[in-house]
Amino acid sequence: MTDPLTHAVVLFESVGHALRAEKIVKTQNISCKLIPVPRHLSSDCGVCLRIPLCAKDEVKNILQGSLDFFEIISL
Amino acid sequence: MKTIYLDNAATSFPKPEAMLAAMTAYQQAIGANPGRSGHGLSIDAGRIVYETRETLARLFNSEDPLRIVLTKNSTEALNIVLKGALKPDDHVITSSMEHNSVMRPLRFLESQGVRVSVIPCSPRGELDPEDIKKAIRPATKMVVMTHASNVTGTILPVEAVGAIIREKGDILFCVDAAQTAGALPMDVQKLKIDLLAFTGHKSLYGPQGTGGLYIRKGLEKGIAPLMMGGTGSRSEFEAQPDFMPDKYESGTPNTIGFAGLGAGATYLAGQTMERIRAKEEQLTRRFLERLEAFKDQVTVYGLIDAARQTAVISFNVKNISPSDAAMFFEEKFGILCRPGLHCAPAAHRTIGTFPQGTVRFSFGFFNTSRDVDRAAKAVMALIDR
Repeated sequence: MTDPLTHAVVLFESVGHALRAEKIVKTQNISCKLIPVPRHLSSDCGVCLRIPLCAKDEVKNILQGSLDFFEIISL
Repeated sequence: MKTIYLDNAATSFPKPEAMLAAMTAYQQAIGANPGRSGHGLSIDAGRIVYETRETLARLFNSEDPLRIVLTKNSTEALNIVLKGALKPDDHVITSSMEHNSVMRPLRFLESQGVRVSVIPCSPRGELDPEDIKKAIRPATKMVVMTHASNVTGTILPVEAVGAIIREKGDILFCVDAAQTAGALPMDVQKLKIDLLAFTGHKSLYGPQGTGGLYIRKGLEKGIAPLMMGGTGSRSEFEAQPDFMPDKYESGTPNTIGFAGLGAGATYLAGQTMERIRAKEEQLTRRFLERLEAFKDQVTVYGLIDAARQTAVISFNVKNISPSDAAMFFEEKFGILCRPGLHCAPAAHRTIGTFPQGTVRFSFGFFNTSRDVDRAAKAVMALIDR
């Protein structure tokens, strides 16, 4: 279960972008996991990347410039 | 009698063991539809396809793995480009050595009002880049050309043509790399290639049913997809996505095929293209040298220079039709090759072998010097008969 107190999710345009992001974030040694998009969120694609809430800004910086579109939502 | 497979220009055979292993592993352990469901197996399947894109992006020096559209073959890739980008009154330039996967769409588009200029190549298959330059006019939208002829193996001057086109600025450069992807260095940045159509099942050692198209960043805006449908993205909309690669990948992909393609391309990267090219060049050189001895009875086409051609050799034995020759080679020597027009009537017209065609031997990484010697022996036996 995604714990709203400790996690955020990164939403993507497509699975290709999600997979790309997973690779990039993993190389920075940030723990992450591809999961189905939580029911209450809408997304262009069915998977999102769950990250620790505390890593939100770091992930944003890492992904900016590598991916055309994404959105990070704290739960 | 041992079979000697000399038809690698049609498809490579055998394949590295890793290719089938990857396909079996995918089907047994994963099997799911990538990018559709959110469950673990679907994500695993998506990862495999994504990693194939990554491997290919590295091989071609693509700026981004998502620039690689995966298709069922090079023909589909070329159709996406030609049918998707060219409109009536657009002008397109091509060479006279093209395969029908370029010429048939172009001739159809011509009947719809697209203007087509076919630049004549020499009887050895050589293209002068200056002739491309001279053919450019204000309405020129694209230059599409093969990297190497599937009939003579002649390598065309893609780098020189790329430089000419990039200088002009607003013309698309599409290269048909069916014969060369994996066989020759293919740096799309260095060669200034905008659109690269490639085959998965030849020198990339993937299975049939795989191929792809590299599209330089931004160019997808001007290229309509061939097919539209479900992509697993933007599902609440009934409009086709406009981003890469989803725009051109509708419907369930050939996941098992792309698992195999990824393994094949990884094998190639491990062997290194240089090593594979060196061996193929050596086999080609050896065979060309053997054919020298039969100069009076055998006409060899193309540059007759292993360094300037792929491992493809077209030839004819005096007074013997290509299909009779091919049948003799198979029945007496177990040699499998391809006679005829090789789906490239334009190339045969250029080299002067239309309509009878040629016998084509195409060597691959898994052929040996002994195969070459046996092939030469077969030619000698045919002459002596």
